[in-house]
Amino acid sequence: MADSPPENPGFLRRFWALPTDSVPKTLFVAIALCLFASMIVSAAAVALRPQQAENRLRDKQVNILQVAGLYQPGTDIGEAFAAFEPQVLELATGRFTDRFDPASFDDRAAADDPELSQPLTDDPAGIGRQSKFVTVYLLRDDAGGLDKVILPIYGYGLWSTLYGYIAVEEDANTIFGLQFYEHAETPGLGAEVDNPRWKALWRDKKLADDSGELQITVAKSVPPAGPEYHVDALSGATLTSRGVDNLVRFWMGERGYGPFLNNLKAGDI
Amino acid sequence: MAQKRRELLLDPLVDNNPITLQVLGICSALAVTSSLKVAMVMAIAVTAVTAFSSMFISMLRNHIPGSIRIIVQMVIIASLVILVDQVLKAYAYEISKTLSVFVGLIITNCIVMGRAEAFAMKNPPIESFIDGVGNGAGYGLILMLVGFIRELFGSGSLFGITILPTVNNGGWYVPNGLLLLPPSAFFVIGLLIWAFRSWKPEQVEEREYEIQTVEAH
Repeated sequence: MADSPPENPGFLRRFWALPTDSVPKTLFVAIALCLFASMIVSAAAVALRPQQAENRLRDKQVNILQVAGLYQPGTDIGEAFAAFEPQVLELATGRFTDRFDPASFDDRAAADDPELSQPLTDDPAGIGRQSKFVTVYLLRDDAGGLDKVILPIYGYGLWSTLYGYIAVEEDANTIFGLQFYEHAETPGLGAEVDNPRWKALWRDKKLADDSGELQITVAKSVPPAGPEYHVDALSGATLTSRGVDNLVRFWMGERGYGPFLNNLKAGDI
Repeated sequence: MAQKRRELLLDPLVDNNPITLQVLGICSALAVTSSLKVAMVMAIAVTAVTAFSSMFISMLRNHIPGSIRIIVQMVIIASLVILVDQVLKAYAYEISKTLSVFVGLIITNCIVMGRAEAFAMKNPPIESFIDGVGNGAGYGLILMLVGFIRELFGSGSLFGITILPTVNNGGWYVPNGLLLLPPSAFFVIGLLIWAFRSWKPEQVEEREYEIQTVEAH
């Protein structure tokens, strides 16, 4: 301190000379720290957003590839996923619609949008509101004919809403695979919905019998309709199994993909 | 000086472990230890947050008004936790899905707040940083021990690699389902505390009460 304090110190000097616990200093520290911290946090959020969005997209694509049986470790995700043709489907009519761009249509946001969704009164899947439009993925074979359709499904299990995909063969009745990509069921019990051995049980099961009645069920014992409509329930996870049963039957029924599957069966899509 | 820093780093591993001696941070230790990989990421995240929050708080310690010091500490800790969360979502998406809410809950982890209030407010930045690393490592050590036991006997694997093939996957090992549920961590941590205190009896707290003895008439 070479120079002595001036006779009439400026505002800043008087401010710095205040004790740490004084009201102006307290306010200053609080405001400055909050501004600084919020800048750091928003900078990080903005800088990392593209990477995060890519991760979410990739995760979804990996799940669609897996349910269609096209995923091998080491596959180039983007390239393999290009084989799928996304379409926005209107559930009530079972027809594709041009109203939305499939690349940017957000199913989950649509289910909350009062314009695009409806509340459910009879709600076996426990989803509250159902979107009128969903994104489905078509997989074509080499000759250009339809091979599989990948349909998103979701519903309540024991603790959480399970989000997943079901892959149906071109006959609109044979299941190729089922996979959940997001849930919070009990590890070791309900979370066994992720077990590859259980998921393999869904392969080649039929949705409906010859008269068109929906027969598929997840149950402990084989239903009268026959073993081709039966997936064995998970042991120790009665409520999760019941949830999966309800949600699959709901989405494959009249209020879900029923109209679409009928059109598909008639070869009219 | 070097001796003191060494102590700051190594003391919290066993002699002053935040989980087994101070019994802090139990909530997340229950929730994230069902697999080793998740436990390891959580341990790294907590260590990073404790170390850097202690350092920043220590740098500001002479300017933090006493009346709002806890809030100031919380703002610094919360910002760091959000940073960690964002980085995990960008570069370790699978693990961040499993950790989900528990990364955000590092904010309320008593170890982070405890070190900020008990050490960083009174000590210089470098020492505070080392103290944070030491306590994070002490927390991480217990997490890994619990994770090891829970994953090995609950799912028959370590770091996701099968060690004991389970019956569900066609092997012979019947996994202990209890170990996959959070309450089992209570038992494992309790047994660890017992083991630590048998090994180092000086960690046993004195009784706060005296058992009354009935005198014979």
